[in-house]
Amino acid sequence: MLMNKPLKIVVLAKQVPDTRNVGKDAMKADETVNRAALPAIFNPEDLNALEQALRLKDKYEGTTVHILTMGPYRAADIIREGLFRGTDGGILLTDRKFAGSDTLATSYALACALKKINPDLIIAGRQAIDGDTAQVGPQVAEKLDIPQVTYAEEIIGFEGDELIIKRRLDRGIETVASTIPMVVTVNGSAPECRPRHAKLVMKYKHAKTISEVQNLEEDYYMNLRKSRDYLTISEWGVADVDAEDPQLGLTGSPTKVKKIENVVFQAKEAKKITSSEEDISGLVKELIASHTLG
Amino acid sequence: MANFFLDNKDFLYHLSHPLMKKIVELRERGFEDKDKYDYAPVDYEDAIENYKQVLTILGEICGDVIAVNAESVDHEGPKVVNDRVVYARGTQENHEALAKAGLYGISLPRRYGGLNCPLTCFVMSNEMVSRADVGFENIWGLQDCAETLNEFASEDIKQEYLTKVCYEAATCAMDLTEPDAGSDLQAVMLKAHWDEDKQTWLLNGVKRFITNGDGEISLVLARSEEGTTDARGLSMFVYDKKHLATKVRRIENKMGIKGSPTCELVFTDAPAKLVGDRKMGLIKYVMALMNAARLGIGAQSTGLSEAAYREALKYANERKQFGKPIIEFPAVYEMLANMRAKVHASRAMLYETTRFVEIYKTYEAIAKERKLEPEERAEMKFYSKLADAFTPLLKLMSSEYCNQVAYDAIQIHGGSGYMKDYPVERLYRDARITNIYEGTSQLQVVAAIRHVTTGTYLNKMREYEVGEYCPDVSHLQKLQSSMIDKYSAAVETVTSKNDNEFIDFHARRMVEMAGHIILGYLLMIQAAENDDYRLSAEIYVKNSVAEIEKIYTFIINSDLADMDPFKMIKEA
Repeated sequence: MLMNKPLKIVVLAKQVPDTRNVGKDAMKADETVNRAALPAIFNPEDLNALEQALRLKDKYEGTTVHILTMGPYRAADIIREGLFRGTDGGILLTDRKFAGSDTLATSYALACALKKINPDLIIAGRQAIDGDTAQVGPQVAEKLDIPQVTYAEEIIGFEGDELIIKRRLDRGIETVASTIPMVVTVNGSAPECRPRHAKLVMKYKHAKTISEVQNLEEDYYMNLRKSRDYLTISEWGVADVDAEDPQLGLTGSPTKVKKIENVVFQAKEAKKITSSEEDISGLVKELIASHTLG
Repeated sequence: MANFFLDNKDFLYHLSHPLMKKIVELRERGFEDKDKYDYAPVDYEDAIENYKQVLTILGEICGDVIAVNAESVDHEGPKVVNDRVVYARGTQENHEALAKAGLYGISLPRRYGGLNCPLTCFVMSNEMVSRADVGFENIWGLQDCAETLNEFASEDIKQEYLTKVCYEAATCAMDLTEPDAGSDLQAVMLKAHWDEDKQTWLLNGVKRFITNGDGEISLVLARSEEGTTDARGLSMFVYDKKHLATKVRRIENKMGIKGSPTCELVFTDAPAKLVGDRKMGLIKYVMALMNAARLGIGAQSTGLSEAAYREALKYANERKQFGKPIIEFPAVYEMLANMRAKVHASRAMLYETTRFVEIYKTYEAIAKERKLEPEERAEMKFYSKLADAFTPLLKLMSSEYCNQVAYDAIQIHGGSGYMKDYPVERLYRDARITNIYEGTSQLQVVAAIRHVTTGTYLNKMREYEVGEYCPDVSHLQKLQSSMIDKYSAAVETVTSKNDNEFIDFHARRMVEMAGHIILGYLLMIQAAENDDYRLSAEIYVKNSVAEIEKIYTFIINSDLADMDPFKMIKEA
């Protein structure tokens, strides 16, 4: 039984601009998203993914959960948020060379890092709210040449050597089985992530990456960090993951974002339509006229 | 996405109060836990950061879970199924969220799995939970029982029960009241007898009006001494729900705090353990429990007032009449400003009292570990006396203000406030219990009056009188001084008659005078911090001048014969 073997899980998570508050300065001149203008949050579906990972950790003794995130220094927040909720650690993939990555370059960089970590299971949110592409999870699976299950709502557990996963699809629920290692991407309809745990927050609140520590004016908790190695968050650059420069960052990214707009739908009037032939054909005509249909 | 900690700057103000340094250092015993527990703070700043983090988690749960569930919990309420309580769905969610966040045992020691936060943080948590849902705060706040066990129970009992609170989020109940023993707890009849065969105490009898009566851990006041009829025959026991030896006979159908199950319980040969010493149940342990509970109601009242004030402020800005938001009208903005002054005054009193309680209780705990130095002992006595004087005054003033603020919040909503469509209707019903349970306002006056007659309050006022205040409120000092003189003269008039009934007759008036003056000073102390506090100090003190003038006039012109027309009601 595989169950006697503890799992090594990596959760892919992203720090995203809170796109619920898009303002005028959302774009930069180089046509990338201006992250500084928006509050940075833990991508919501990645939190659903984290919860699935933590449930497996609760279920299978000895299982470890690490978050892998790629981003600027401040994305260390994502690692800390994970620690506050019960992960064992995390890695911040950060390097100037990663800047401007689209999904292709991102999944390449993540795959390089994952080859180093060699996990049994990779769990990610379905998609990030800044790009809404849902491409990174599947691309990582392709690059690592391992199975993938998307739209997962619940990772139920092992039956023999196979991991049983419930998928939420448009027309119903599908339950599938797969061997590991594999990639699972999780839907927002999955259970919400657990709250931060008081004791873990107290334990890990001083956890920082080396870059963050270097940027402090004074490291008040230097001695503490020396004696407690869990307070140092791992930070990997291009050299640490053996990635090739041409496939990274802007040069490795064919995608260009043209423009971001905040579209507000406004209900101007309500109209009641009955199921009579007359009303329905009237509505269809109206929708065609407004180019909503056709 | 609301956070009830981060959206209220008053909490940070009180967390940075000068006395906090002393409180934290006493509580952490010089930070001795730092090498034993990875979550223990290493110094004062680290500790304060811990508290902020813990309260931030709690504030988020209050805003995003508990407050959201409050309406459905009010409609649904708990049920009795097969003699057991089943919480409303929202209540279960609230409890689970707090449990998952590891918040139960917030102020219990680390060796039992607690977070070892100061009482100040526990009180802040009570305030925030109350702002979200007063009924649910009863369940959360009953951790007071765990505090009482921590104070008086044996190490065995503490290991067994406190770990349950911290690791299993066990909830508590304090089983005091019986059908014929409410305010007069000496009349408690529930029987405890030692069973030689089973080698345990067994409880038999009925308890009534027991909040969260089906909680996992119950502290039960019972008559252990056969043939006695007074307080000296009562002992305190701890009962574990796992024995299933109690039945919930019914849940009361209450006006408010509907999410909080108020149970009638039948004990049948319920095995229980003795807490502390026999015969000290009411005299010592219930008194400690009641004082903690009264502080809890102070927090509850303040949290509810905050909620009602915020609802009223929001509505007054949104609601337009005669072409403008109603907050533009003097009749409305005056009400709102008075409400805010009362909220600020309640909160100032709440945390001042909490600090007094915290310091003497921590010294008491330290005294069990080592001998206190003479100056420490003196300090313990000093704060103990202040706590004793301030607790009933806090409970009285804050719960009465809570009712007034909830009343005005409905008034500002007009007809809409009378409907179930707005939360103020629920808040108004919930508020009504605060000046009744854990000792009515009338009983708080009974507890407070000796501090009027022995001069505790007057001494404290004279101390405040010579304090330094920011220039913006210095003009209030003269007003306060003249009020102290009037208070002193009124007390002198009453006590000089040497008639206890006359003192009782005027007791509430005199205690309230003291309350107005003391709360006014607390606001003046805060006035240096920001404009909001300064404005509240201004409003509060000016109102006090009028209130005190009224009471003063009534008392100064009264003599024993003036009680007669009132007494005649007995013949009616």
